[in-house]
Amino acid sequence: MKLRTIAFNNLRRRKARLAFLLAGLLIGIATVVTMLSLSAAMTAEVRHQMENFGANILITPKTGELSLSYGGITLGGVSVDPREIPEADLARIETIPNRRNIAAIAPKVLGAVEVKGERVMLMGVAADREFHLKRWWSIEGRPLAERNELVAGHSVAQRLGLKLGDTVGIEEFPFTVTGILRETGSQDDDLLIASLAAAQILLDKPGLVSLVEVAALCGDCPVEEMVGQIAAALPEARVGAIQQVVKSRMHAIEQFQVFAFGVALVVILIGALVVFVTMMGSVNERTREIGIFRALGFRRAHVARLILIEAATVSLLAGILGYLAGMLATGLLLPVLAEAHAQLVWDGTLAAGSLLLAVLVGTLASIYPALHASRLDPTTALRTL
Amino acid sequence: MAFIEINGLSKHYPSRSGAVAALDGIGLTIDEGTFLGVMGPSGSGKSTFLSLIGGLCHPTDGTIRVDGIDIFRLPPEQLADFRREYLGFVFQSFNLVPYLTALENVMLPLAVKKQTTVEKRERALQVLERVGLKARAGHLPGELSGGEQERVAIARALVNRPPLILADEPTGSLDTATAASIMELFAELNREGQTIVMVTHNPETRGNFHRTLLLRDGRVAGESLATAA
Repeated sequence: MKLRTIAFNNLRRRKARLAFLLAGLLIGIATVVTMLSLSAAMTAEVRHQMENFGANILITPKTGELSLSYGGITLGGVSVDPREIPEADLARIETIPNRRNIAAIAPKVLGAVEVKGERVMLMGVAADREFHLKRWWSIEGRPLAERNELVAGHSVAQRLGLKLGDTVGIEEFPFTVTGILRETGSQDDDLLIASLAAAQILLDKPGLVSLVEVAALCGDCPVEEMVGQIAAALPEARVGAIQQVVKSRMHAIEQFQVFAFGVALVVILIGALVVFVTMMGSVNERTREIGIFRALGFRRAHVARLILIEAATVSLLAGILGYLAGMLATGLLLPVLAEAHAQLVWDGTLAAGSLLLAVLVGTLASIYPALHASRLDPTTALRTL
Repeated sequence: MAFIEINGLSKHYPSRSGAVAALDGIGLTIDEGTFLGVMGPSGSGKSTFLSLIGGLCHPTDGTIRVDGIDIFRLPPEQLADFRREYLGFVFQSFNLVPYLTALENVMLPLAVKKQTTVEKRERALQVLERVGLKARAGHLPGELSGGEQERVAIARALVNRPPLILADEPTGSLDTATAASIMELFAELNREGQTIVMVTHNPETRGNFHRTLLLRDGRVAGESLATAA
C-alpha cells in the first residue's frame, strides 16, 4: 500500500465525483483538440489546394503597354503589337534550382478567330496539362485529345449554338466539339479551347505562346524565390506570383485559428475552475478523512501529495478521453466545415500536448485545494459526533 | 522516568465571554504498561486531554513528554512522524476510510512508510488475525458490523506496533455484548504489555483500568486505583 493506492481506491469507489471532475476537464481538452485539429485539417486542405489546384506563377511577355492579365481577353483588336514568348524558351524553366517544386508548366496561345461570322477568343493549350491544372473545370463530354478537336466555353457555346459532337469550321479547318465547359463565371466561359499546335497555326503564331501558367508544388515553398529564378531564366518575359485567392483563404484560416485559440483558452479556464471547485468541495467533504490520515501520522506533505496524485490521475484520464472525443468531434464537423479534400490529421504532438495540458491544468487547479487539505486541523476527526 | 510526563497542561478556547478553559493545569505521569481510564461528564475536557496527548492540537500552556520527547517542541511534520511511530488511535466512531477495505484501512499508517507492499500486507493480516477479523480482510467498512469495524480500527491502531494506544469512547456506539468483547480485547492487549489511555463515560468499563482519572471542568477531580487488576 502506497499513497497512490489510497488515491486510486478513492477514485475507483467514488465514481460520481470522478465522473464530474472528468467531465469538467474532458470538455475543455476536447474543445481544444477539436479547434486545433479542425484548423490543422483546414490548413492542410488549403495546402493541398495550393499544391494541386491551379497555377501560382504566371509568365507573360514583357511589353509595357500590353495589359495581358490572365487571358488578355480584352483583345478585340484593341491591343497593340502583342509580343509572344518563343515556346522553345520554356525548356529553360526546367533548369531553375527549384525545378523539383514545379508541378506543371501550362503554356497557351491566345488570339481572336472568326467562327460562324462572329469573332471569338481561341485559346490553344497543352491539353493534358491544362485540364489537369484546371480541376475546377467541369466538362460536359470530354477534354480534347486530337488536333482537330475543341472544347467550348459555356457562353460561347450558347452564342454559337454549339453542341457536343458538332463539327465547326474555323478558318476553313473543321473541328469536332468534344466537350462543353459548365459555367465557370470567369473569362473561360467565352473561350474556344483547342490544342496548342492547332491554335498556333490558326492564329499564325508558330512556335509562340502568349502566356504560361506554372503550378508550383508547394504549401510553403519559396514561390517568391521561384518567381525570381524563372525571371532570371526568361529575361524577356514578365513573371509574377498569383496567390491572392489562396492567401486570402489562408488569412481566413489564420483568423479562425485565433478565434479557436481564444475559445479553447476560455473553455480550459472554465475546466480549471470546475476542477478547482470540485477538488475544494471534495477536500471539505473529506475533512474527517484527512483528519484521520493526519492522526495516523501522515505528514502535511503526504496529504497534499495524496490530493495531487488524485488530481493528476483524473487529469491524465481526462486528457486521453478528451483527445479522443476531440478527434471524434473533428471527424464529425470536418465534412460540414470544409471541402471533401480535408482530412483528419492525427498529430502526435497534439495528442501529447493535450495530455500534458490536461495534467498541467488539473494539477495546477488542485494545488490550492491540496494545500488547504494539508492545513486542516486534525482534531476535527476526533471531535465529530 | 515515567513513560508519559504531563506538566501544567492547560487548553483555553477563545469565546465571546473570554477564554474558556477546557483543561486547566493538569499534571500527571503514566508508566509503561498502564491501562489508564479517563472519565468525566461531557465537557469535562476528556477529549481535549486525549487530543493533546496525541499531539493533534497544541496546549495553551504546559508540556507533555512521551518517552522523553517534548512533543510540542517538534516541528509540525515531525509531530506527524511522532504520531505515526508512537501512537495508535482508536476513534469514537471507528473512523474507517469508507472506500478502503478492512485490510487497506489497517495498512493506512504504513502507507507512508518505506516498506515493501508485501511486508505491509503481511503485517496488516497479522494484526487483523489478532483481532479475529482475518476472514473479513477484503470487505469495505460498510459491509462490516459495528463490532467488526471497531476491531478493524483497533487493528489499524496496532499495526505500527506503537508504544501507546489512545482510545476515545471506543465502545460508545456498540451494544453491551459487543462492547464487552471489545473491552476484553483491550484488556488482553494491555496484559501483553500495551500502554493504553482510554476516554470513556461508561462506568462498566472501569473494572479493566489500572488507574481511573476523573475530570471535571478541566481539572482532575479525583483518581482511583483499580483493585481488580
